[in-house]
Amino acid sequence: MSSIAVSPRSIAWQRRRRALAQAWAQYRRHLPGMIGLGVLVVIVAMALLAPVISNHDELRAVNTVDNPTWATPSEFPPLGTDNLGRSVWAQFVWGARISLLVGLAATLIAIVIGSVVGIAAGFYRGVGSAVLMRLTEWFLVIPFLPLAIVLAAILGPSVRNIILVIGITSWPSTARLVRAQVLTLKERLYVERSRALGASNRHLIGRHIFPNVSPIILANLTLTVPIAILSETTLAFLGLGDPTRASWGKMLDEAFRAGALSRNAWWYFLPPGLGIMAVVIAFTLIGSALEEILDPRLRERRK
Amino acid sequence: MSFGYFSRKVLAALATLAFVVCFNFFLFRVVESDPVASLFRGRNLTPAQRLELRQEFGLDGSKGEQFVRYLQQTAQLNLGRSYRSNQPVSSEIRERAWPTIALVGVSTLFSAIFGILIGIVAAWRRRTKADYGWTGFSMATYSMPDFWLGMLLLISFAVALGWFPVGGITDTGSDATGVAKLFDQAHHMFLPALTLTLAYLGEYALVMRSSLLDTMREDYLTLARAKGLRDVVVRNRHAVPNALLPVVTLIAINFGFVLSGAIAVETIFSWPGLGLLTYDALKGPDLPMLQGLFLVFSAAVIFFNLVADLLYGFLDPRVRTP
Amino acid sequence: MTAPLLSVRDLHVTYRSEAGPVPAVRGVSFDLHPGETLGLAGESGCGKSTIAGALLKVLPPGTEVTGEVLLDGEDVLQMKPGRLRAVRWTEMSIVFQGALHALNPVQRVGNQIEEAIETHRTTPAATARVAELLELVGLPARRAGDYPHQLSGGQRQRVLIALALACNPRVLIADEPTTALDVMVQAQVLELLERLQRELALSMIFITHDLSTLSYVCRRTAVMYAGRIVEEGPAEEVFAHPRHPYASALAAAFPLIGDHSHRMNPSGLPGDPPDPRAIPSGCPFHLRCAVVQPECPELDVELWPAGDGRRAACIHVLAGAAP
Ligand SMILES: Nc1ncnc2c1ncn2[C@@H]1O[C@H](COP(=O)(O)OP(=O)(O)OP(=O)(O)O)[C@@H](O)[C@H]1O
Ligand SMILES: [Mg+2]
Repeated sequence: MSSIAVSPRSIAWQRRRRALAQAWAQYRRHLPGMIGLGVLVVIVAMALLAPVISNHDELRAVNTVDNPTWATPSEFPPLGTDNLGRSVWAQFVWGARISLLVGLAATLIAIVIGSVVGIAAGFYRGVGSAVLMRLTEWFLVIPFLPLAIVLAAILGPSVRNIILVIGITSWPSTARLVRAQVLTLKERLYVERSRALGASNRHLIGRHIFPNVSPIILANLTLTVPIAILSETTLAFLGLGDPTRASWGKMLDEAFRAGALSRNAWWYFLPPGLGIMAVVIAFTLIGSALEEILDPRLRERRK
Repeated sequence: MSFGYFSRKVLAALATLAFVVCFNFFLFRVVESDPVASLFRGRNLTPAQRLELRQEFGLDGSKGEQFVRYLQQTAQLNLGRSYRSNQPVSSEIRERAWPTIALVGVSTLFSAIFGILIGIVAAWRRRTKADYGWTGFSMATYSMPDFWLGMLLLISFAVALGWFPVGGITDTGSDATGVAKLFDQAHHMFLPALTLTLAYLGEYALVMRSSLLDTMREDYLTLARAKGLRDVVVRNRHAVPNALLPVVTLIAINFGFVLSGAIAVETIFSWPGLGLLTYDALKGPDLPMLQGLFLVFSAAVIFFNLVADLLYGFLDPRVRTP
Repeated sequence: MTAPLLSVRDLHVTYRSEAGPVPAVRGVSFDLHPGETLGLAGESGCGKSTIAGALLKVLPPGTEVTGEVLLDGEDVLQMKPGRLRAVRWTEMSIVFQGALHALNPVQRVGNQIEEAIETHRTTPAATARVAELLELVGLPARRAGDYPHQLSGGQRQRVLIALALACNPRVLIADEPTTALDVMVQAQVLELLERLQRELALSMIFITHDLSTLSYVCRRTAVMYAGRIVEEGPAEEVFAHPRHPYASALAAAFPLIGDHSHRMNPSGLPGDPPDPRAIPSGCPFHLRCAVVQPECPELDVELWPAGDGRRAACIHVLAGAAP
């Protein structure tokens, strides 16, 4: 008789892969979610192909002295020029990179801090956990924008600092969400059982808690990205962005200061705003689709 | 509302306020060992100027002494002097608070009313064209940067059509009084208020819609229908009031946040409120002013969080009665 | 024999869900005579509450309901909206399952009762009527000012009963009125319902999953399985000598009145109650049946006379032998 070696680990992997395939099958049938994904793919492709579809040199005023200033899209295709003769199209495409980068990286920081704090505060008992919870609640009431402004002013404007600022000001809501989830998970029988069998805390978190909160973390991540991108836009508009790198927020800041409004230079301030809207809507659609599919509580409600 | 609930919430708010006061100190003086150096980066200061600045901002002496002095002054509502205007920060903030409160108050009122109405229509006509249309509209306004929306409104209604002034709170040089002055101010407030209303309405509509959809699954609505009530009555008397509870709380909480969230919109419309004050203080940068504003904004959030809690306790009999 | 007050003919109810249609009730017929109490028993999910909802047409929008619900010969399912609203609560009312969720948590219970009265204007002095109703179900009148969360489970159940009686209905549908209560309170509520039924000459449909309770409350009873009636007859007979194997399993599950420990899996029957989306072929019970025959998976037996006013849907009855 031949015995096939099936390790518990490979079973767990198989189960996870099957769950993933099932989730994807559900996602594919979710129309708003698929629309969001489609829009996002287009924008990411545009950002990645920036060197191919636009000329990086046209971002810097020293290279554009020969260009007309305030040229309309028909005079200087595809999107005209700004007050310094720089190509708006190039700024738009390269700006997408910075906006997406800041949105994703800042979200990653926020999610990591939020998940660690949330799991720790939910899983452990005692003074440390209580302090973490208090801290989360306190940070929840600190108004995000003024804090980010002060931090950005202290740290100085650069892409790295903007990412840091948004990341370390956005974690509390994730922490609260994750903590609540961990608390209910902990009540579940099987955790109690593994604890009775003498499982270590690390094992419990790694095997039981984390795999079960990760879907919620994923959905929360997708819903945090648009908030981070909007924050980047606002900070850049207030002049706290990286002065050397084009982003959608910085385009709006420069357009406003250069008087694009009174000149009616719509080609300068419409594209970045529409770009932000598209990305934010895309992530929001994806996030709520994921939430609906992955969050068992919501899934039941949607019946 | 029970006294226990009330005092618990008030105490928690006071504790949070104490935390914010301390955090404010650390943010500005401990995170960065030498705020003068970092905030005046790029300027050449002589050692004498540096010392003078340090004394002016109360940065001399040990950290402990500074902290005690800071607490004493804050307790007396003394927030220091602005570097830019050399006026007391607190009086400048007090003066600029009213335009912001008026703007945010009006916008919150309208965004709440219209957001809730849109949410009700979308939920009640779920999966119809009305639902898709209104939900799409809400998503769109929710996803726009508020100041960009302001720019669009400004260029269409002020620049192109000339229906509204491009900025400020009164016509420059106007010495109108009484009703005429009020009318002039309302005229100036229209576009920024419209911007903030549209910017926040989407969120309220989406939250109201999902809250009402949740409520509509409740058994007591089936019972209300079985009693022989008309659908409209079931909706207005049983579904909507219950679905409103979380939305009202959200709006109260948001009010605190919007006070500081209007910085960019106030800038666009040169609305002389706390937001514009922040924007100008950033250019300095005006350290005492930023610090004072930060404290006021945080206190506002804490206060309106408390208001939300108390409001909830008042509206929901499950909290109100034993 | 008098004409039936309520006559249900070939009732089918299909819910709509994201995972496709859910046929929760599949061809149910029964009669309710004036002053009679009819029992309706069966496992969780067999369609009992669905029938209750169908009788007043208060199922979720989009639910497909066919057949006839004749109230004095008039079909409730075909009524115009205005007529339907007038019939609701004045002719038929429901004591809803789950007293905690059936009451609006943010309204005083007195107001919720008053609302029913004022909707139909049967009594001019609604407040006095509320007090009267509360006293009728054994609650002090001042409880009218309480919110649902301030009442105990038994008190909430009494409020729901008072609410159901507000407009003097002729038919009262009690949907598991005792399930969530502890044993002492259960007995009190049962007694109350029985007394009310006698004093007010109500016709009642009493829904439960506990056959022994039915033998105590009703004269006639019907046992449901997978959206159909599988056995009906005099309540005591059905409980003492069930003819359908599912009814015997159910009868064995509750030897004592009010023992709910086996709610989800009565009698230790093997397997789960069938999912209405995937009902087994033939006799839907054959997978769990202890006396299954080779032809059961193909043969879908209809209700068949089984002596002394009894009917049962089982091949053993068809063959004339007791299972
Ligand atoms: N709104 C709905 N949409 C889809 N399916 C439903 C809906 N309501 C009930 N069902 C399904 O219909 C079937 C019958 O439900 P019903 O509530 O009538 O059962 P029941 O006999 O009253 O059970 P219980 O003893 O638990 O109250 C169940 O399988 C249930 O899952
Ligand atoms: Mg039921």
